[in-house]
Amino acid sequence: MAEDARRLKESASQTAGPYVHIGLMPNFAGIGGVYDSDLGSAMVNDRTLGERITVTGVIVDGAGAPLKDALIEIWQADAAGLYNSPAETRGAADPNFTGWGRCASHAETGAFIFRTIKPGRVPFIDGRPMAPHITFWIVARGINIGLQTRMYFADEMAANDADPLLLRIESRHRIRTLIAPREGDTYRFDIHLQGDRETVFLDI
Amino acid sequence: MTGNTKQMPKDGAFLPRDRNWQPPALAPAYKSSILRSPQQALLSLDNTLSEITGPVFGHSLLGRLDGDLIHNFARAGEAAIGERIIVHGKVLDEAGRPVPSVLLEVWQANAGGRYRHRNERYQASLDPNFGGCGRCITDEAGRYRFLTVKPGPYPWPNGPNDWRPSHIHFSLFGTGFAQRLITQMYFEGDPLIWRCPIVRSIPDRRAIEQLIALLDMENTIPMDARAYEFDIVLRGRRSTMFENRLEGN
Ligand SMILES: [Fe+3]
Repeated sequence: MAEDARRLKESASQTAGPYVHIGLMPNFAGIGGVYDSDLGSAMVNDRTLGERITVTGVIVDGAGAPLKDALIEIWQADAAGLYNSPAETRGAADPNFTGWGRCASHAETGAFIFRTIKPGRVPFIDGRPMAPHITFWIVARGINIGLQTRMYFADEMAANDADPLLLRIESRHRIRTLIAPREGDTYRFDIHLQGDRETVFLDI
Repeated sequence: MTGNTKQMPKDGAFLPRDRNWQPPALAPAYKSSILRSPQQALLSLDNTLSEITGPVFGHSLLGRLDGDLIHNFARAGEAAIGERIIVHGKVLDEAGRPVPSVLLEVWQANAGGRYRHRNERYQASLDPNFGGCGRCITDEAGRYRFLTVKPGPYPWPNGPNDWRPSHIHFSLFGTGFAQRLITQMYFEGDPLIWRCPIVRSIPDRRAIEQLIALLDMENTIPMDARAYEFDIVLRGRRSTMFENRLEGN
């Protein structure tokens, strides 16, 4: 059993707290001159392949208020469905796309915004293609362990209907919490921490 | 067990997270968690490529002073005020193997317990020579090292009189995005640790003890800086070969 290989336990998570920006986005926090730029703030350049899109939204708490002190990271495949990672063995990803972005929610509105490209399809464990998706990781004050979820694209309904993860969601009405509607080149992905529209979070 | 590393699949799925060891989303004594904790069950799924891949950062990213919080925000010839300390240790996986090339990003309050942040309201003084951020990348043996000042405890609005123990926030990237971890390091002997509602969101006392750095006189630089040792464990990957070998031992 895999459990037998554990000699140590994963270090316990602790909240990122309200001052996470100091460590992860110091220029955003007004601490200039330490790092040239904040990591993950630019995902694409002129040579990045793929369709340019914007992903935006807010994270909403159980009282309906947007989180203004959250930090969001995303991870996605390139336009061809390849990850820019040493663990990617299927081929070389677009060298002009890291696939990773980091954004603080806006101090007044709570909005996060990523300028990225639409990812290609990536195979599931058994080889079936997954629908295009972006992996989200969310930390903030009051969040004891980072929340993991995925965003899917509303204009990929045929792929979404056959997606192995979405098919696993037993309460079918909750699938829509992971699907971002499109307007122009912008996808809107609001994340609800609690309530009727609570986002499906993952244990992966 | 050493020498077996090459047989390890670099792309194996991660061992499932032990949710009884990790803090639950809802810890009512930590009031901010009440409205920010999901209430539905998490959806469990075996790792796909989306989880076992992740961004990797090269050593070329680092500036000369990135791991030196005493000087990386200080004016030329000046230094941050406070107890000079070295914080060092290893990043390991659950099998005890070192994890190289891990980006660690840290942040902390200054020696008086004050953060350099627009939302900070504590009256303790800002130190003009202390920014509060640092980063480094683990070497081939999984080792990392920071030079900093010991952060002060600070009061925070939660209960009527809650104080955070001295702590340093740590953010880590492993080799896959599902290993992403943020935690906090505490200091041996601090009586505030066991009173803190954030610390106490962790259910198992041993898991708390794992977050407490020990004074390490052997690595102290005499007449200069005391050392604290703090190892961090990231989720391990499944490996049939490794398990077979363990069972054969
Ligand atoms: Fe703190």
